[in-house]
Parts: sequence; structure tokens; C-alpha cells
Amino acid sequence: MKVITRLALPVCLLAAACFAATAPDKPQPGEELALAADLSGHSGGHLTIGGRAEPKTFNPVIANDVVSREVTGRLMADLIEINRSSQQTEPALAKSWKVSPDGRVFTLQLRKGIRFSDGHPFDADDVLFSFAVYMDEKVDSPQRDLLIIDGKPITVTKVDQFTVRFTLPRPYAAAERLFDGLAMLPKHLLEEAYRDGKFVEAWTLNTTPQDIAGLGPFRLKQYVPGQKIVLERNPYYWKVDRNHDRLPYLDELVFLFVGTEDAQVMRFEAGETDMISRLSSENYNLIARDHQRSHAQLTDLGPSLEYNFLVFNQNDLSSKKLDTVAQKQKWFRDLKFRQAVSAAVDRDSIVRLVYGTRGAALWGNVGPGNKYWVNSALPHPQRSLDTSKQFLKAAGFSCNRAGQLVDPSGQTVEFSIITSSSNTQRMKMATLLQDDLSQLGMQVHVVPLEFRALIDRVFQSFDYEAAIMGLGGGDADPNPEMNVWTSSGTSHLWHLNETEPDSPWEREVDQLMQQQMVTLDYAKRKKVYDRVQQLVAEHLPFIFLATPNILTAAHPRVGNFHPAILDPYTLWNADELYVRTATETAGAR
Amino acid sequence: MRRRTVALIAMLIALHLALLFAGFIAPYDSTAQNRQIPYAPPTRLHFHDDAGWHPRPFIYPMTVGPDGYVEDKNRSFSLYFLVRGSSYKLLGLFQTNWHLFGVDDPGRIALLGTDGFGRDEFSRVLLGGQISVAAGIAATLIALLVGTVTGVLAGFYGRWVDESLMAGTELFLSLPWLYFLLGVRAFLPLHLSPVATFFLLTGVIGLIGWARPARLVRGIVLSVRTRNSVLAARGFGGSDFYLMCRHILPEVFGVLLTQAALLIPRYIAAEVTLSFFGLGVNEPVSSWGNMLSVLQQYSVLVSYGWLLAPVAALFVTSVIYALLADTLHSRLEFLST
Repeated sequence: MKVITRLALPVCLLAAACFAATAPDKPQPGEELALAADLSGHSGGHLTIGGRAEPKTFNPVIANDVVSREVTGRLMADLIEINRSSQQTEPALAKSWKVSPDGRVFTLQLRKGIRFSDGHPFDADDVLFSFAVYMDEKVDSPQRDLLIIDGKPITVTKVDQFTVRFTLPRPYAAAERLFDGLAMLPKHLLEEAYRDGKFVEAWTLNTTPQDIAGLGPFRLKQYVPGQKIVLERNPYYWKVDRNHDRLPYLDELVFLFVGTEDAQVMRFEAGETDMISRLSSENYNLIARDHQRSHAQLTDLGPSLEYNFLVFNQNDLSSKKLDTVAQKQKWFRDLKFRQAVSAAVDRDSIVRLVYGTRGAALWGNVGPGNKYWVNSALPHPQRSLDTSKQFLKAAGFSCNRAGQLVDPSGQTVEFSIITSSSNTQRMKMATLLQDDLSQLGMQVHVVPLEFRALIDRVFQSFDYEAAIMGLGGGDADPNPEMNVWTSSGTSHLWHLNETEPDSPWEREVDQLMQQQMVTLDYAKRKKVYDRVQQLVAEHLPFIFLATPNILTAAHPRVGNFHPAILDPYTLWNADELYVRTATETAGAR
Repeated sequence: MRRRTVALIAMLIALHLALLFAGFIAPYDSTAQNRQIPYAPPTRLHFHDDAGWHPRPFIYPMTVGPDGYVEDKNRSFSLYFLVRGSSYKLLGLFQTNWHLFGVDDPGRIALLGTDGFGRDEFSRVLLGGQISVAAGIAATLIALLVGTVTGVLAGFYGRWVDESLMAGTELFLSLPWLYFLLGVRAFLPLHLSPVATFFLLTGVIGLIGWARPARLVRGIVLSVRTRNSVLAARGFGGSDFYLMCRHILPEVFGVLLTQAALLIPRYIAAEVTLSFFGLGVNEPVSSWGNMLSVLQQYSVLVSYGWLLAPVAALFVTSVIYALLADTLHSRLEFLST
């Protein structure tokens, strides 16, 4: 008997191995696959991407940094996805969904017969498990906030094996967009860790690749610390192209850790990597100059959703020993002072000198790149030192004999701007701003800080006077902006930890942001958000500066390369990318 | 031998005069931005156009073409000497606006091109050199002063004074000074004025660098103090202080001079290194180090070669000083044999 069990185990393993090796490539009966009707390409080959850093985890629930999300995003799939190109939602693991007339109940039909990358079938239990994990306070997922509305969690119930119902505590605009970014987890692999309270430690960089499975186009093959991550094709992926060939086309997707953007460019120019997802304009021009030889696919997608701004410290400093900053806050809290600064900023020069004209000036939090939501009625005043001086005069500021600006109490206006030393673009903005403001008699000092030190000062110690930072870039929808504009938001940078709105306009923004969240009709919601943009532009908690264009590059052999202005810019359609043959590559030039 | 020394000293004086009168020689204010011409290549001086040769050189203004900057040959601006321009303080004392050369507005002459803000690289190299070279000299003076005092004391008194002071030099020699400075910077307030940064830089470089000259001086003092002349002077009742000043220091002087010529370029390079990493003088004030820091960007490094000008300046300065140290050293050996 013993002999038989000893023999049986290896035999089973062998069978499993054979099964995995002969995994279904052609669609199997009973599999409800997604059909990309106008998609073509051919299978095989691999693409290499130069990444700036290593991921910190393979656990999609706790992944917080860009690189981890970029990698786990290829391993995992969501119920409903935002198509980065059209910016609209489309079915993914859920083949369809229905919304109740009051906008509170979402019923999702899951695809039947599809499997995780280890061959295990996927059904409603996995969905229930995933949402239990995301909403668990102990796991503390960054996505948890989105699933708690008015302090109440979204309830998830299983209707049958392939139907799940989500009930929201109240109507929620664009609720289906919530599902994008919530990876569905394999219950069979993670339940034990979750039950033992060890979920946060699951799927680290040290986990063996075979123990990690998802529903994304790729699965983990190899991780070499300090060098690379190799993803291999998921043979069970649930999408097919127009010839009913199963996606993804690529056999392998390799992430090399190269360090900096400059290293990315050098590797790309040397032909060692195939794609760069975000380029600075200087590097873009560098690659463009070499275009005759390299024939790289260069794309300028126009203004991004990111907004760079100057923020003055208006935090409550009464509990901190920061007297010099507190003294200067009387300027920073004066709207006229901020208006004067805003009018003195030469935004056109920022776009030209910082972004080499590949960018757009900003006067509000929503830029021209976000066509659905931008309030185009907002004024775009040109730079005017006269206007600035009028504002300053009205606020009681004057110039002394040395040409320095002094406040009504006779103190000279002098402050420092901190910014991240590793971000050359923001450093440049700071130097331009310094020069712009010196023309008003303000003495501005630029202080480059290491990024973490900067974040610590802005979010924790409040020991700074002004900072140049950037936000946004995730989704085009207004909902992710809630944490910036509502007074209790975690990114309400100019005044964090507000217990209640500081001023009437902030109170109005709070109300409007809540209102837009429950308004289902686009036109009405747009009107509400337009008003938010107007209030922000009028009260200038941030002095908006500019936004860079999204610039990407790919080797001519990369087929179906369709970068988008939403993150992840180039890899969002990794399942559709393919390697062109030499003749195709020559033809595409 | 002598001719070479004279030539080197003449070059050195010329270099320092150029830096001393940088404000006069530089055609523009080193912090003045001209946002219309970022990364413009060096302006070419012309003597010849369609009308023939001109004794007075002239320039064509830069305009942006499809492939970068091109000379706009429709207009030209003559170069004039002794012109009025931006105001500055000559030698830090006299407010004036005379410049050695310049062109009429709106022409801009940028002999070494411009940086990313359209600032004149030539003016920045000259005015940045003031800071870098002054930092090198000041740090050397501090290092030699501290080094001489400790070296003389250690060598003269010997025993526990010697041992404790030399233990101190060992400690300072083993300090990783770049990290030390990073640490020091973290404790200081966020913003330091350029003057404060300058003194911090020279202070730190000098105070870390005193150990090596101290050991050299100690060695010489050790051998000098047992010379018959010194012993005789002591026998006649000379005080310690008298002996040190009258008999010992003069022996050290030659070594100090050679050390100075060796240390100055090294400390200029130290300032350049620190500013390169953003620990030195901050924008918009220029120094050779912070001017070079933009070259950390690959695209800038491969596209705008003229921004390497501070490297050339640093190289020339270092070579002159190194040759001078070499000559001084061999003269010293010649004298002592």
C-alpha cells in the first residue's frame, strides 16, 4: 500500500506537469473568452523593458509603488477594465454587468470556464475572497479607501457560481471604474495565508514563481534580484484575437532593472530594450535625432493628467516649533499674495525651457489632456508683472530702496522653495520661478531635497515654506481627486489634517466633491466638477504651473504599440503586443 | 628652470587676475536668464561677410531653425570694447557697469554658448571660477595654518603632545569626508546664503585637510630641533616661542609653499565635487561644480558639449598649479643639497 502511494505521488506530479505543458492554446469548449475582433499579430518572441527600479512585492493588494504595480498589473486581471486608449470601461473578467436604476446595485456576470495561470478554475468564490481581502482593515490595502463609501463598505454577495452582486451604500458616480485596479486573487493559493493573518507576507519577491498565479496575460517565470524579472505567457489567458488565437502574443516579457531614465535611454539606444514608457522631452529629442538610424516608434500623446504646482505651507503649526515658517504664513494665507505669485509665473517659459515645448501650461488642476473633465471656460491670464504688483499693493506690500519686497509690518519677503533633487524638471521650474519672483522683489531660495526628505517635510513635519510638487496622472475621472480637494483628504497638501473646512470656499468644494461622487449623469456631474475647478483656480491653494506631454518610444519591431495618456502608458495592452518579423519591421518604417 | 618658474607664475597671476576682474571681463550678469536662447551653441565671431573683410569682429544673432539654432545673417552686431552693461561690484567694492567687451542690444554674445536658462556660459565660468578658486585657496590657507600649528607643536614638544596630536591627524585622515559633509549638511538649516555655504565648504574642506600638512611639518620640525644652531640658541636662553618663530618656521616655509601649490587644485576639485552633488553653492549663483551638475543628465552631456567649459577651466588651473608645485619642489631640493 505504502509503495503504491509513494509511486502515485510522482505519477500525479508527472501528469500535472504534462497537463501544464500541453495547456490549452486553442479555445476549449465551455470557455467564455473575450474576443478582440479587430486585433491581429503573431505569436512568439519576447520584449525587454528597462525599468527604473525593482518592484517591492508581487502582492497586488499591498503594492503601492509604480514598479510593483507595473509588474503585478501584467500578472493579474480585474473584473472591469478602463481601456487606456478610449478612457472608457470595458468588460474583463466580468463579461457583462447590470446597474440598478438607483445606481446602487451592480450585478456582474463572470466569464465561465476560465482559469488562473496555474490551471485552477476561476469563479465567484475568488471574487468574494478578493474583496474580503481588499476591505480587510488589517491588510490595509491602498485601494481600501475606494471601497468604503461614507464609512460603509460595499457589500459583495454571491448570486450563483458565476454571478456576483455589489451593493453600494449610496449611488456612486462611475462606480464601474472602481473595479479597475482591483486584481482578482486565487483563493486556492492565498486563503491559507489570509486565514493565518499572514496575507501581507504572502507573495513577496522571495516566493517561488509557481506559487504565484493570476488571471493576467503573463505569469512569473523568474526573478533575479538586482537584474531582471522574466514573465512568461499565461497559456490560460481569457482573450483571443480575431483569428481566435489565444493572447498574449509574446512568449516572454522581461523587465530589466537599469536605474535611471538616462540608463533607460542608453539601453534603448543600444537596442537592449524595446520600450520606454515615459520620456523627458530632452531624451525624446535625443532619440528623435537618431531616428534616421533607429526608426524608433516615437509618440507624443499630448498633455498628461499630471499637474505640477507650487504649494505654500498653510498647515496649522501651532503645535510645532516652527516660528519662522509660522510668521511667513501670514503671506501664504493671503489670497492676494498667492494671486500675485501666480500672475508673475512665466508658464510659457516653463513649457519651453523645462519641457522643450512638449508640455502645456496649467491654470487649474485639470489640464487640456483630460478632455472629458477640463473646464475650458476658466481664464488663462498671460504673465503680467503689473497685475502682480497691483495685487501686492492691495495687500499692503511695498518695495524698499534696495528693491526688496516688504510686507506691511516691514519684513522683507524671503522664502525657500523645496523640491525633489532627483526631478530635474521640477528643479528647473524652481530656478525659473526664483527668477520670475525676484522681479517682484521677492527673495526666493531653491532647496533641492532628497525625495523622501521632501515627502517627510510636506506630509509629516510641515517644516517648509513652499514646495514644487506634482500630483495626478492616474485616472481621468474626478473621484481619485477626492483626497486632494476635500478638506479631510490625505493629499490636501496646503493644509493637512483639517478637522473641518478652513474657509467657505473649501466647504463648498467639500460639498461639490461629495455631490459629484453621487451624481450619475455625466453632464450634471461635469457642471459640479467645473465649479470645483473654478473655485480652486480662484483661490489658488496651489499655484498651477505646467504638465508634461506623455512621450514614449518603442523599437520598430514592437507591433500593436498603442501608448495612452493613462498609467501604465505603454504596457496597458501588453497582451496585444507582438514582435514583428524583419519584413514587417521594414514595412512599418 | 628659472624661466619656467617665471612663466608659470605669470600664468598663475593672469588666471587669478582674470577671476578677480571676472565681473569686468564677463559681458553679462551670470544669473541673468535669457529665455529665448536656451542651450544656444557658442557664438561665432566673424570678420568677413558679403561686403568683404571688417577690422571689427561682428556676430550674427541666433534664431531657432528646424534643426536647432542657426545664425540669422540678415542682421549683424559689431563687437565693441569697453561697453556699458549690467551693473556689478568690481572687486566686491565699486559699483560699476563697465564691461571689457559686448555687443549692442538686442544682440547677445555667448562665447561659450548658453545653458538651459539661456545664461551666458562664459560669464558663468568666470564668475563661478571666483567661487571655486577662492574656496580652494581659502581651504588651503585654513588647512596649512592648522596643519603648521599642530605640526610644529607636535614636533617641537614630542612625547605625549606629539602622540595625541598625531593620533588626531590619523583620525582626520581616516574620515570619509564626503559622507561627513553630507552629515554636517543635514544638521544645518534648509537654506544657507551663498556666503554661508562658501564658508561652510572652505571650513569643512580645510579642517579635514590639515592632517597631511601637519604630519609633513612635524617630520621637518623633528629633524630641525636637534640641529646645532637650534640647540645653541636654546643654550643662549631662547624661549620656546622664539625658537619656533626664528629657527623652525623658516625651515618649514618652503614645504608649505609646495604644499599650497599641491593642495589648492585639489581643494578646488573638492569644491567642484561637493557642488556637483548639490552640497555646495546653490542656484542661481554659479560655481564650476554646480555648473557641471547639469551634465549628470545624459541628454545634456551628449547634446551640448560647450557646457563642459568648467572642466576645461578646472583642468587648466590644476595643470598650472601642479607644474608650479613640481618646479617649487625641485628648486627646494636644489637649495637644500
